[in-house]
Order: sequence, then C-alpha cells, then structure tokens
Amino acid sequence: MYVYDEFDRTFLQERVDEFRDQVRRRLSGELNEEEFKPLRLMNGVYLQLHAYMLRIAIPYGTLSSDQLRALAHVARRYDRGYGHFTTRQNIQFNWIKLEELPDAMADLARAGMHGLQTSGNCIRNTTTDQWAAATPEEIEDPRLYAEIIRQWSTLHPEFTYLPRKFKIAITAAKHDRAAIRVHDIGLRLHRRDGETGFEVIVGGGLGRTPFIGKTIREFLPRHDLLSYLEAVLRTYNANGRRDNIYKARIKIQVHEIGTEEFTRRVEEEWAQIKDGALALDDAAIDAIRAHFKEPDFATLVDDPPELEAAKADPAFARWHANAVAPHRKPGHAIVTLSLKPVGGPPGDATAEQMDAVADLADQYAYGEIRVAHEQNLTLPHVAQKDLPALWRALDVQGLATPNIGLISDIIACPGLDYCSLANARSIPLAQDLTKRFADNDRIADIGRVHLNISGCINACGHHHVGHIGILGVEKQDQEFYQITLGGKANHKARLGELLGPAVPESDVVDVVERILDAYVELRTDPKETFIAAVQRLGIEPFKERAYAAR
Amino acid sequence: MPLVKNGKPVADPFVAVADDAPLPDAPALVSADRLLKEGAALFAHAYPVGVIWPNSKDVLQLEPFLARLAVVALVFPKFRDGRAYTQARLLRERLRYTGELRATGNVLRDQFLLMVRCGFDALDVAKDADAAAVEKELHTYSVFYQPTGDGRPVPLRARLAARNV
Amino acid sequence: MTSPLQQKLKITGPTVITANRLTDGVVVWLKADGGWSAGLADAAVVNTSDDALKLLGVANADENRAVGAYPARVEIAADGTPRPVNLRERIRVGGPTIALPGAA
Repeated sequence: MYVYDEFDRTFLQERVDEFRDQVRRRLSGELNEEEFKPLRLMNGVYLQLHAYMLRIAIPYGTLSSDQLRALAHVARRYDRGYGHFTTRQNIQFNWIKLEELPDAMADLARAGMHGLQTSGNCIRNTTTDQWAAATPEEIEDPRLYAEIIRQWSTLHPEFTYLPRKFKIAITAAKHDRAAIRVHDIGLRLHRRDGETGFEVIVGGGLGRTPFIGKTIREFLPRHDLLSYLEAVLRTYNANGRRDNIYKARIKIQVHEIGTEEFTRRVEEEWAQIKDGALALDDAAIDAIRAHFKEPDFATLVDDPPELEAAKADPAFARWHANAVAPHRKPGHAIVTLSLKPVGGPPGDATAEQMDAVADLADQYAYGEIRVAHEQNLTLPHVAQKDLPALWRALDVQGLATPNIGLISDIIACPGLDYCSLANARSIPLAQDLTKRFADNDRIADIGRVHLNISGCINACGHHHVGHIGILGVEKQDQEFYQITLGGKANHKARLGELLGPAVPESDVVDVVERILDAYVELRTDPKETFIAAVQRLGIEPFKERAYAAR
Repeated sequence: MPLVKNGKPVADPFVAVADDAPLPDAPALVSADRLLKEGAALFAHAYPVGVIWPNSKDVLQLEPFLARLAVVALVFPKFRDGRAYTQARLLRERLRYTGELRATGNVLRDQFLLMVRCGFDALDVAKDADAAAVEKELHTYSVFYQPTGDGRPVPLRARLAARNV
Repeated sequence: MTSPLQQKLKITGPTVITANRLTDGVVVWLKADGGWSAGLADAAVVNTSDDALKLLGVANADENRAVGAYPARVEIAADGTPRPVNLRERIRVGGPTIALPGAA
C-alpha cells in the first residue's frame, strides 16, 4: 500500500481549497460555464443527463479498507447509496450536487483520495495490473512506477492543457491485465541483460478511431522513465492537432506523421533532457518503494486441509476454480470479487457492499483491495485456509458469482441511462445477457469470453477489444447494436471485426446466443476457447449463424 | 488589460506595432513575421523591442534574437490551448532566455500558477478583476510534485533529503 | 456566449428548451416567464424556429441558473401537456430505465 505522507496530504488539502473557491466563483457567476468546465473536469466532475457525476481516482487500482469505507460514506452522504467502478480503475458517483462537491472532496481528501485528473485534457490516472505485487509472474511491482508517474503528472504545469486526454497504463507481468496496447502510452516492464526497463508503446486507443499502440522503444532504462515520458508529452503538446477534437489524440499524431518520424522527434527531445532534473536513480525509486508497505505475510503452505475439505462442496469448488488465482507467497491466493451478478448493472457496488468488502479485507486480506479494469474488485492477498469463510461472506453480499472471465462478466459503460454522450443504453442489455447466461454449468462450458458493451462510439466499454464487442447506435430514435468479433485487450491486442448490420435491441441477446452456440458446435474440443475458434475460423461461420433467423 | 509582473501590477510601456507601421518612440512589440524578416535591424531602434510569438511557431527560431529581445510574449488564444506552456519552458530551460516572458491572450486566474511555473514572469491579464487575485493564486499551492526548471525542490528528492538529514 | 445553435435552428414541431440546473444538475425546462421548472409540464412550448431561437437566447443568457440549454422536440398529449419524443429525453424526464442498485 502506498502511504501518503505530509507532502501528499498538504497538496490534497490545497487542491480541495482551490476547488471550493472555483465552485464558489462559478455559483456566484464570476466564472462562466466555459471557463469553469475544464476546471471541474480536471477534478473529475461531469454534468451528465440527470445530475453531476464525480469520478474518483483509485491510483493503480489500490485501495485500503479505510479508503473503501470513505467511498461508501460518499455514496451514502452525497449520492444515492452506490457507485460504479469503471474500466480505468476509477469509481463514479452519479447523483452529486455541485454545491456539495467541495465537502465530498474534503471528506475524500481525509482518506487520501481525490478526483484529480480523472477527466479533462491532461494526464489521467495511471492504471496498472490489479494483481500487482501479488501475482507470481511479474518481475517487479509496477505500482512503484505508476506512483512515480502519478507524482510527475499531478498538476504538471506544462501538460495540464493538452490537445486531448492522455492515458498511461503499465504492466510488469507477461499476461497484460492493464490493456497497455490501447492506451496513449503503454509501458511494459521487462528485463534485458539483468537491467530493468520499459518497452514504450505509444498511440494506442479506442474511441471513434481505434488503434493498437506502436512500440517506439524496445528498452528504456527505468532511470529514464520520467524524462522519456516528458519528451513524448512535449512532442504531443507542441504539435498534436487542436483543430479537430476527433483528431486530437496522440494516436492521430503518430498515425499522421508516422511512427518513425514521431519516434525521431521524441528521441531528439529526449536527448536534450535525459540527464536533467527528471533522471531517476536507485535511491529515488527505493524511496518510493519504502512507501509501499508490504503486508506482513504469514508463513503458510499451499493447499491447506481446510481448503481441500471445503472443495467437497461443489458450489465452493466452482467458485474456487473460477475466481481464485495463484499468489507469489505460499499458502496465499488472489481472489476476484464479481461485480457482475445476474441481472445487475456491471461494475456497480452499493455502500453496504463496499463496507462489507472493507471489513472482509481487514479480516482476510491485510486490509487491501484492488480495482480491476474489468470492473471487478480483487482481494490481492488472501490466506488459502480462509477462502471457504471468505466465500461464504462474499456470497451473502452477492459478490461470489462464479463468472470471472466468462460470458456474463460483461464490461459495460453507463450508457444512455446516465451518460450525456451515449446513443443507446448499455446496462439493460448487459442485464438481459446475464439473465440469459445465468446457468453456471453452461457458462463454464462456454468458457472464457469477454463481452464488452459501449453505448456510443467513444468506446468507454472497450467494445473494440471484446472477444464479442457490442456498440450501441441510434437509428431513427431506435436503439441498434453493432457486433464485432475477435477483439483482444491483452499482450496480443487486436481490434474486433464487424460481424454485419446492426441489430435491434430486442435481437441482441438471441444473436449473441447463436454466436456462442455456433462456437460450441465448431470448437475442436472444449479446450479451444471462443477467441481461438474465431481466430481459426474467421467471422464467416459466426456471421451465418448470427443472422440465420433474420 | 492589466499587466502583472512578478506578482505586482505594473504599467505596460510596450506598444504593439502593426507590421507596416514605423516603430514608435516607445518600447515596441513586433510580430514574429516582422522579427524574422527585419531581424537585427529592429534592434537599432532607440527603445527596447519585444516580439509577440504565436503558439504554432517553433521557439527555437528565436535563438539568434534572444539576447536583444526585451520581451517575448507568448499567446494563449484560448486558455485551453496549452502550447505556450511548452514554448515557455523551452525558452527558459533550453535557450536560457532571461528577459521578460509574457503570457498574453485569454490569460485567466486559474492558470496563473501553471504559467509562472513554466517560466512566465509577466501576465497580460484578460479580466481586470483577476489582476487583484494574482498574489492569492500564486500561493494556491505550497508544494509541487515535478521539477520545471524553477529550482524548487520536489518530493522525489525532498523526501530523500529529509531521510538523509 | 453565442451557441452555434443560435445561428441556425430548424424545428419541425412542438419544441421546448431544456437544460440542467447549475447548482445540482437537475433536469429543468424553460418556462414562458423566463424561469426554470423541474417539470416538463411547466415548459413553454414553441412551434416556430424564430420562437425557439428567441427562447434559446433567453436560456443561454441565464447560464448562471441552468447550463447546456438546447431545444428538444416534444409531442402534445391529449390533455395538452408536452411529452418527450425520443429515448434520451424520456430518460431525462423519467430517470434511468433500470432499478437503481440498493433500491428495494
């Protein structure tokens, strides 16, 4: 856990005071809406269909139990008793009043939290692997570098009014859980000749013009991280397009001038600043490391008898096989909590659930919680012997649906039920899909499928990189949905391929079911996953079946 | 529009001059085009000369003139257009420009501190009421996370220093 | 501030002006007396582009009370009250179409 010190606390309090004054000036009319909007956005405040929305950052997806309780408090005191976890390790509250926002932010600041740079044309919350420092497969805790980036990017005076928003993600594991190839900058920590450094990937992104990022540097020594980022951002800020909001992301700049030319400009700028004030050294990195308190892990062994005995219960055994992953410490495990109950809005949690998870984290998981970009929660450090008791407690809270990574573990944006940009609803569709695929045997047999829903072309639901992607469009005031197949967000990221004409809302669930039925028939054996079958067969056989009944 | 320099309101002696007008008997601000066209000849003028440099032009082109320019005015056509922040840092940190660096255009109080941190020392404030708020705005924060060439300590280093005391 | 809508505005039927209240974001409609109401029934309904433009001008000049004003098509029900015609406006009138989490 990163522990804020006096510096961070002072900064956050000053930020709250500044925002309080800005809200006061807006309410008094000193600031007009055009002037105020970028200021509120940079504090995570949007104006949506029915109310203001507050987006709070969960830096690199790590929360303490007290922070989760602070979120529950905000949900109760200032909102309607629930929150929505997003695909970028943030949480959103949908019903906040502008007048009360400064108080809500002051309450959050007391818990070391904020909405800083969760919106606006600035460097956003840096995201990473929700299994950081828990998974056995990583080479170093990526949160160290996410925290170094957080400090560098917080209120960076040069990069607060960029051409457009800027998202950085980082991973240190072979399996990319942070979707780094669809970020403005993706960083992959790896080792070369005994030295740790980064592959730097630039210009990925979804939205209306999706791109998979391009590698502009295979290996960047870790001491050069900040100077290199500054060079990329400077190249973008100086020359990124500002004439057209839809062409203002760095992906368009990279695409228009070419990866080679873009890289040349970055390297040229970097050469000027690499040995300057931003150069890191081991002492600086170790100082950050010292802020991340390693849990005081108990000495345990794998597969304790309590766990093995509990597996006699098929419901527990199913959940264990689905939601529990190996940990780097013997006798421990990583547990994913499904925020995708049958019939529920994906990613939503009530204040009661937040409090309950906070208590469970204290009891079983060293007080630590993670937020995953798939809109689920994770308890990163659980003793295996405690898994049966934890499972029972999660089940009471509706957080033990054994559907992690399966068809009903849907990523969805808030859609037209809340969002002023949306063209179509996302949540009711997700709810209908989870109801259709409510049979645990069936979804386990179908196996790993990522279904992602966006309510508009801005792609907050990451539809382009869903194995099945669903994009809401509006046609003559009716909701239609385009379906793509074959997208992937991981280290082999690729964009899905459009299956055919958009289908009306009433047909979507049937179409998805026919696609999955086709897969079950066509797979070589149950070990061939849906995505593997799509890659082997192409979309044609699925297209035939999907539209067969029409 | 009031000019605030180093946090204090000051009279602005500079007059912006059209490209086809002769230089007045006063300190003058000329356009970038005029500076690049007339070059050194401009500095024969008896009064100080400065330039208004648009945010779409590379500031490295200013290098040959910097020693003799009294003012470089960088432009914020809209406060949301942040190119001049990069230009300012390059002028101060790369080209070691030490003369007046002026922010002009849609210069509003909520951006004053960012401007100063990037090296601006003069703010051509867009709203009269904002000029009185400069001191307050510049003290909104007492701590800063990143180095921007202004010599302030930043936490990555300050924390180390504190540990080593 | 001149909205681009103000230069050109074509309406094709009964229309109201809607926005969100500055202080809390609540959906509001412009009334004939220039005030705002949280009930669509109170909205001023106009039928010509000129009248819509005029009303929008009133709304935009009042952005310290309501922000993001725009014209929305309505239909007039048998009882004479305006009703939203598209899904987005129906949701703005009636709230999300889903049960809110935690709501019993």
